[in-house]
Amino acid sequence: MRAKAYQDKLDIKNGCVDLSHGSGGRAMAQLISGLFHEAFGNEWLARGNDQSAFDVRAGRMVMTTDGYVISPLFFPGGDIGSLAVHGTVNDVAMAGARPLYLSASFIIEEGFRFSDLKMIADSMGEAARAAGVYIITGDTKVVERGKADGLFISTTGVGVLPDGLDLSAEKARVGDRVLVSGSLGDHGVAIMSKRQNFAFETEIVSDSAALYDLVAEMLAAGGGGIRAMRDPTRGGLAATLNEIAHQSGLGFRLQEEAIPVKPAVLAACELLGLDPLYVANEGKLVAIVAPEIADAVLAAMRANPLGRDAADIGEAVDDDHQFVQLSTSFGGGRIVDWLSGEQLPRIC
Amino acid sequence: MKYADEFRNRVIAEGLARAIAAEADPQRLYHFIEFCGGHTHAICRYGLEDMLPGNVRMIHGPGCPVCVLPPGRIDMAITLAERDEVILCVYGDLMRVPGSQGQSLLRAKARGADIRIVYSALDAIRTAEQTPDRNAVFFAIGFEATTPPTAVMIQVAEKRQLGNFSVFCNHMLTPAAMNSILESPDIRDIGRIEVDGFVGPGHVSTIIGTEPYEPFAEEFGKPVVIAGFEPLDVMQAILMLVRQVNEGRYEVENQYGRAVTREGNLLAKKKMSDIFELRDQFEWRGLGLVPYGGLKLKQAYAQFDAEVRFAMHELRVADNPACDCGAILRAVKKPADCKLFGTVCTPETPMGSCMVSAEGACAAHWIYGRFRGPQLRRAS
Repeated sequence: MRAKAYQDKLDIKNGCVDLSHGSGGRAMAQLISGLFHEAFGNEWLARGNDQSAFDVRAGRMVMTTDGYVISPLFFPGGDIGSLAVHGTVNDVAMAGARPLYLSASFIIEEGFRFSDLKMIADSMGEAARAAGVYIITGDTKVVERGKADGLFISTTGVGVLPDGLDLSAEKARVGDRVLVSGSLGDHGVAIMSKRQNFAFETEIVSDSAALYDLVAEMLAAGGGGIRAMRDPTRGGLAATLNEIAHQSGLGFRLQEEAIPVKPAVLAACELLGLDPLYVANEGKLVAIVAPEIADAVLAAMRANPLGRDAADIGEAVDDDHQFVQLSTSFGGGRIVDWLSGEQLPRIC
Repeated sequence: MKYADEFRNRVIAEGLARAIAAEADPQRLYHFIEFCGGHTHAICRYGLEDMLPGNVRMIHGPGCPVCVLPPGRIDMAITLAERDEVILCVYGDLMRVPGSQGQSLLRAKARGADIRIVYSALDAIRTAEQTPDRNAVFFAIGFEATTPPTAVMIQVAEKRQLGNFSVFCNHMLTPAAMNSILESPDIRDIGRIEVDGFVGPGHVSTIIGTEPYEPFAEEFGKPVVIAGFEPLDVMQAILMLVRQVNEGRYEVENQYGRAVTREGNLLAKKKMSDIFELRDQFEWRGLGLVPYGGLKLKQAYAQFDAEVRFAMHELRVADNPACDCGAILRAVKKPADCKLFGTVCTPETPMGSCMVSAEGACAAHWIYGRFRGPQLRRAS
């Protein structure tokens, strides 16, 4: 009979993380195998090495990294775990690449409850499986109470690009159409509704979701006519389009009426003095596409549940100032500038 | 969105725009100051200026409480927040307002001062209750519309015997400021700009009513139209002002009848007068010392007055000499006339307070309207 690896079982229900769980000793090994391996379950982690080896195909790969410090950790429609998977696989997917592997690094505050950690790890595992990616390596650090707000997660993603695909914002051309995959501002408003001092009732849930399948279907429909894709997270649609304008040297002209925003999001923004164009999304994408394929790509988007409310909201225009302009539903015009300062801290 | 979309209706807006264009005399200019930051926001956010004829011009006035807060009051708040026993509860808008020497509450917080962003005075009361061994100070700011809630919170604190709650009072009064604008030497003597009328405060007037503006309209011979904050409200108010000017009238008219009466909110006014009294003078950024321009807590409530409790010293600090916020707030200059505008002064690095709040004249112009011209017009 094999020797018992650990003295006591991890008390998931009542226990909490202490400094020993980051010390490199037995307690850490128990936390990793008992909680993370369980949740992420795959052949690479099971081998228990400090790194994982995987096969690469000939061709180009994509790599991205992101840190997650969202508060609160649990929110309507997700938690920091699912977000740490979705956010990073989406960054890979926006290049048109298929996400394959993730690393995950956890910085945990002493006293963090095992039960919460398990829920978050399980949710990461579930999100990874649903997105078809594997979390194949990771790290755990524990810091003293007060040195981190519960839990921070950092994930790195690797993916492969189809041959010949090179999406990039500088490829945008005058006349290109701007497509969004659905309603804007859901994530930011869902987070806000749960903030301390700020709580309000809303049926809005975060749109946090993995977008690669949608991307693949758009690429199949649009081929080389898709110039660039971006997920409008922090700073919302406004920041994303300003970035693309800056990179491409073009301006954008949007029609406010065409931009999908849920009434409950509009109402919350109205109440809080926010502009939905600046509010974060975690399951939406913006695509700049050649005008001749815009309708086909839009139809492909709408056929996917994550793109059901996709819309054509405007076009790229020649503009030395590289402004994003909006024709308001009211009949006037205005500039949609970069966000100044912070509308809301720690939303992802 | 019900009860909001109705006031943003494009067809009605186009009708009002046609009426303004038809009635505005092409032989003359119309300069109207919209007093409130909320009106500035509506004008910029919905692109109203694109819908007005070229000879009807809106001037963004001083009605943003953040913008008119002088740097000395920010310095006072920073000194207060640096005390170990103090938790300073502030609205988010205040965090980046420049004090003297590049200081701000945001920087003080980064250096370790306990400054917390709240969304209402009630949050500050909660903070006091949750931290009985510390002193929660609410940085009260705003015009008459935000004063009654502060009054109520002081009553709540009294009822709950909250010994660790106090208010750093920066409440200001609008009619005093409107007087001050028209009495400013730039306008009265030099006459650099001719103000033809005012779009009067909306939220403020729900509390104080339309009556306080009557002596003002009479004395200065300028029409005032109290307006709501939806874009159609503002359009209609502009049309009403054009008509008054054309007919040589200078009356106080109420476009915002769905919320404002002549007498105002009697209960709220009573709460205000129960708790607060006039300061002999209060400094407004850009306007200087405005006689009776602000409120302080009455002697009977001195225990809740942070200025008394912490023996705070009044600080007056001169603005950056190159900053034209003062002239812009008095509508003597436009944001783009200031040589700092868009060069060293941007929303990321505000030099003057007009660039800080989204309702500030400079920030609104920067965010929504800079380089406004043929290029933008093509977009609509």
